[in-house]
Amino acid sequence: MIPVAFSYARPDSVDGALALLAEHGEDATILAGGHSLLPVMKLRLGAPEVVIDIGRLPELRYIRVQGDEVAIGAGTRHRDLEASDVLGSDVPLLAAVARTVGDPQVRHRGTIGGSLAHADPASDLPAAVLALDATIVLRSPRGERQVPATGFYTGMFSSVKEPDELIVEIRVPRTGSAGWAYEKFTRRANDWAIVGVAVVDGRVGLVNMGASPLRASATEAALADGASIDEAAALADQGTDPQTDVSATAEYRRHLARLLTRRALTTAAG
Amino acid sequence: MSIMGTRVVRTEDPVFLSRGATYTDDLTDERLNGALHLTLVRSPLAHARITAVDVEAAREAPGVVAVFTGADVDLAPALLFAGANPGMVRPWLATDKVRFVGEPVAAVLTEQVYQGQDAADLVEVDYDPLPAVVDPRAALADEVLLFEEVGTNLAGGFGHDKEFDEHLFDDCDVVVTRDIVNQRLAASPLETRAAAAVWGDDGRVTLWASTQNPQSARDEIAGWLGIDAALIHLIAPDVGGGFGAKIGADPEFALVVWLAKAVGRPVRWAETRSENLTGMLQGRAQLQTITIGGNRDGDVLAYRLDILADAGAYPRLGVFLPFFTRQMAPGVYDIPKVESRARTVVTTTTSTGAYRGAGRPEATAAIERAMDLFAAEIGKDPAEVRKRNVVPPDAFPFETKGGAVYDSGEYAKAIDRVLEGAGYAELRAEQAARRERGDVVQLGIGVSAYVEITGGGAFSEDASVEVHADGTVTVLTGTSPHGQGHATAWSMLASEHLGIPIEKITVKHGDTDLIPRGSGTMGSRSLQTGGVAVHQAAGELVELAKRRAADVLEASVDDLEVAEGAVTVKGTDTSVTLAQLAEKEQLKVDTVFDSGAPTFPFGAHVAVVEVDIESGKAVVDRIVTLDDAGPIVNPLLAEGQRHGGIAQGISQALLEEVVYDSEGNPLTATFADYAFPSAAELPSFTLLDMATPTNLNPLGAKGIGEAGTIGATPAVQSAVIDAVSYLGVRHIDMPTSPLRVWEAINAARVESGAGSDSSEGAQQ
Ligand SMILES: Cc1cc2nc3c(=O)[nH]c(=O)nc-3n(C[C@H](O)[C@H](O)[C@H](O)COP(=O)(O)OP(=O)(O)OC[C@H]3O[C@@H](n4cnc5c(N)ncnc54)[C@H](O)[C@@H]3O)c2cc1C
Repeated sequence: MIPVAFSYARPDSVDGALALLAEHGEDATILAGGHSLLPVMKLRLGAPEVVIDIGRLPELRYIRVQGDEVAIGAGTRHRDLEASDVLGSDVPLLAAVARTVGDPQVRHRGTIGGSLAHADPASDLPAAVLALDATIVLRSPRGERQVPATGFYTGMFSSVKEPDELIVEIRVPRTGSAGWAYEKFTRRANDWAIVGVAVVDGRVGLVNMGASPLRASATEAALADGASIDEAAALADQGTDPQTDVSATAEYRRHLARLLTRRALTTAAG
Repeated sequence: MSIMGTRVVRTEDPVFLSRGATYTDDLTDERLNGALHLTLVRSPLAHARITAVDVEAAREAPGVVAVFTGADVDLAPALLFAGANPGMVRPWLATDKVRFVGEPVAAVLTEQVYQGQDAADLVEVDYDPLPAVVDPRAALADEVLLFEEVGTNLAGGFGHDKEFDEHLFDDCDVVVTRDIVNQRLAASPLETRAAAAVWGDDGRVTLWASTQNPQSARDEIAGWLGIDAALIHLIAPDVGGGFGAKIGADPEFALVVWLAKAVGRPVRWAETRSENLTGMLQGRAQLQTITIGGNRDGDVLAYRLDILADAGAYPRLGVFLPFFTRQMAPGVYDIPKVESRARTVVTTTTSTGAYRGAGRPEATAAIERAMDLFAAEIGKDPAEVRKRNVVPPDAFPFETKGGAVYDSGEYAKAIDRVLEGAGYAELRAEQAARRERGDVVQLGIGVSAYVEITGGGAFSEDASVEVHADGTVTVLTGTSPHGQGHATAWSMLASEHLGIPIEKITVKHGDTDLIPRGSGTMGSRSLQTGGVAVHQAAGELVELAKRRAADVLEASVDDLEVAEGAVTVKGTDTSVTLAQLAEKEQLKVDTVFDSGAPTFPFGAHVAVVEVDIESGKAVVDRIVTLDDAGPIVNPLLAEGQRHGGIAQGISQALLEEVVYDSEGNPLTATFADYAFPSAAELPSFTLLDMATPTNLNPLGAKGIGEAGTIGATPAVQSAVIDAVSYLGVRHIDMPTSPLRVWEAINAARVESGAGSDSSEGAQQ
């Protein structure tokens, strides 16, 4: 449980962090809340040479309305999302999903940027951000670019983010009164999802149904064509490729995806 | 007013809750100054031949003082449990073969703890993989042998050389048989294993270790190292839980002692959680075949239990535990014909030992499952069938067909009390209503009745009580508490006799120089042996004080009484305090109490669960338990033991399981994967009381430490199955995970021709 030796830097600005990232390239890793990175390092599954800590940068920690969207700084903690009045009224799905992450300690450390960057298919927030049709803002010394969440993930623990890029902001459309629901299926209260389904405004994001978080496109298409909830939900596992592990078989995950989608759609239809 | 039976708040807690306990890894004893830190290189493979170990690069790493391999250790490999197949010995560091993932292969000693893993990563071991054998049934076939020279994987057995009686069930109208699993569990104490050793100039070694019984750990280590036990001074500092897995010594402790000698410096070792989940003894791990027969009126006439136990790679206490399982096979029932056998095999997995209940929960789970299956087969209420077959209250002492002599019990009454406490009839009505309505969330009700053995194995215990001239009292005990609250309870027992308040009483334990004899804390033995010994010592001290005071006060012993720390001539105010007596001459009593036999606490549990029949997820809604351990010294402590036990019992039924893949890789080596429970998974518990004394000790006390675990597991498992029984499900193995419940429902639907997965549209 002791990581390989590394050097530690705590820049006092995003620009400073970007400069360090550019300097050290692939040898460097960003540290935000540390709640995914540190376990990886302590189990020696990863051994970055330089750790660049952005966890205390105030410029990355905010939630503000920006036109039709809510802009969220990448360093915003899960707890901030959970407790935000702005999100509570304008993007209630995101606040509700944040509330299901781990336990209070985890939520007070983990950040939305870290969760999205880590690209773990079992994480809750990526699927929510996908269902919300959010935009992820990446910055590097080469400039800033905006990537739709639907085009962000490329596979297990991987995304289009380049090694010299930082996630700086997440822009989430204000869904307001549109129907939403999050169904997270776990064995223990604080567990990661065996399967999770985030629904908002007829869009469906799936947790742990493949190598990366994904949308239940067949369900969404069926809904758009006027299918009933039962009919649409029965298609939720189409195009997915879930894993078998200690808590579930792939077949059971498919079943859960269909079941939870039906339940989430029913709740969202309220 | 007597202090006995009152809710005295734990005297241990102020320190635990403020400064914190001092566990082995926290020690700042100056004898450990300059200690080297041990990091073990552990096998990543379950079964392999070692072809080469290269430690040269590790020796050059920063801070490394020494690196040892198996070839460097001049100790004969040891048989870690005396009753096991004698050829199944464990080397101190693996030499030619490894037999489980996590087996130590090399030992790295560094100046600083953080340097250890870096150096350990540089040790290069070449392995030639061999096939793993994970399933005990496969092990039994002896196709893959762990110990080739032994020629078999059979590590031990009980009653296995006899054929089963083919006529056992001849009188029965109904016979039900089933293969069931009592899954492997990880004890998961919050404090992982740790040890620290330093050799003195006097040729003795001081060893601090996290153990449940220092005296036997001392003797075991002496035996393994081939030294005189008197050369070892073993101290157990605060111990952060054991649950049976810290009974005795682990081979790593002996290695720490050996290494400290080899390098001539103190050596410390504390394992990581990941090491703990592969290195520490695991529990349960029995495959069972149960067969039960009887008539349609509900009389059980015959029962057979066939046990195949998994010892893991190197046999430990797990080889012995099926003995208890066989002994307790008939449970609370008077069954005319009972037979059983147990075979224990080695597999390429972590070794097994005791885990809260240790052999008895496995017996209860089996007979309670059998009772449910039998009741379901004849279409009768499972609670009624139980009551019909229990040993009646006037039959005690009762010798069972398992070979145990139960001391006392009120089994039918215990069942009645929990049924009433749970509102059984209303629960059944609610269940019927939900079934009628076709609710998604169905109700399941599970009833269990149990009897168990406490204080089995070690019947005697030492205690000494001394009153000092300053009026304080020191109690020495051979028990070794690690969360149970003996400091509080033993003080109460001494205070009751001496009339000295518990604030003035100090209880000492866990130091083999101070207390050379003792059997430690396990098997729920402590109160009925060690506690009674303290009670006896304090009583003897009262008599001694009276004899001495008789001279001082010039009175007859018969006219004296002891109260409030003084000996007084009855009816007068002529008195002398115990402290004054101690000033003249040491006022101390050493005693041994020997109960000669174990006691048999019992009880009944009702669990109520809700099962989402679409997802398969079960949640415990309520649990009502009656755990009768005789008269209670301190209800607060007893309830704490019940609470912890119930939590672990529920957890076995619903959540926990150590899993290996077919190559012997542990899949549950972190707490993210091993489903250790939290408060959020548990309901509030309803505890009912009953106190049926034993006549085996003057307190009438039986053990309470494991009761909750033994009763709760079958009640909860039964409740989950009961919830979905109307769909045709008769059995679900533990843990009754959502996946297992869902699969069981599907299988039952397929069997009844209803088709699977009917909760929504067909699969594509
Ligand atoms: C006990 C426990 C339980 C948990 N349970 C859950 C759960 O139920 N659901 C769930 O979704 N998650 C869970 N988590 C994970 C938690 O939410 C993490 O906090 C989160 O996944 C990562 O956020 P972080 O800020 O801690 O990132 P870090 O651990 O600091 O970083 C994670 C990765 O992202 C990179 N990174 C971080 N920030 C940025 C950025 N702004 N730009 C680019 N790269 C960046 C890092 O370099 C690193 O590779 C749990 C964690 C723990 C320890």
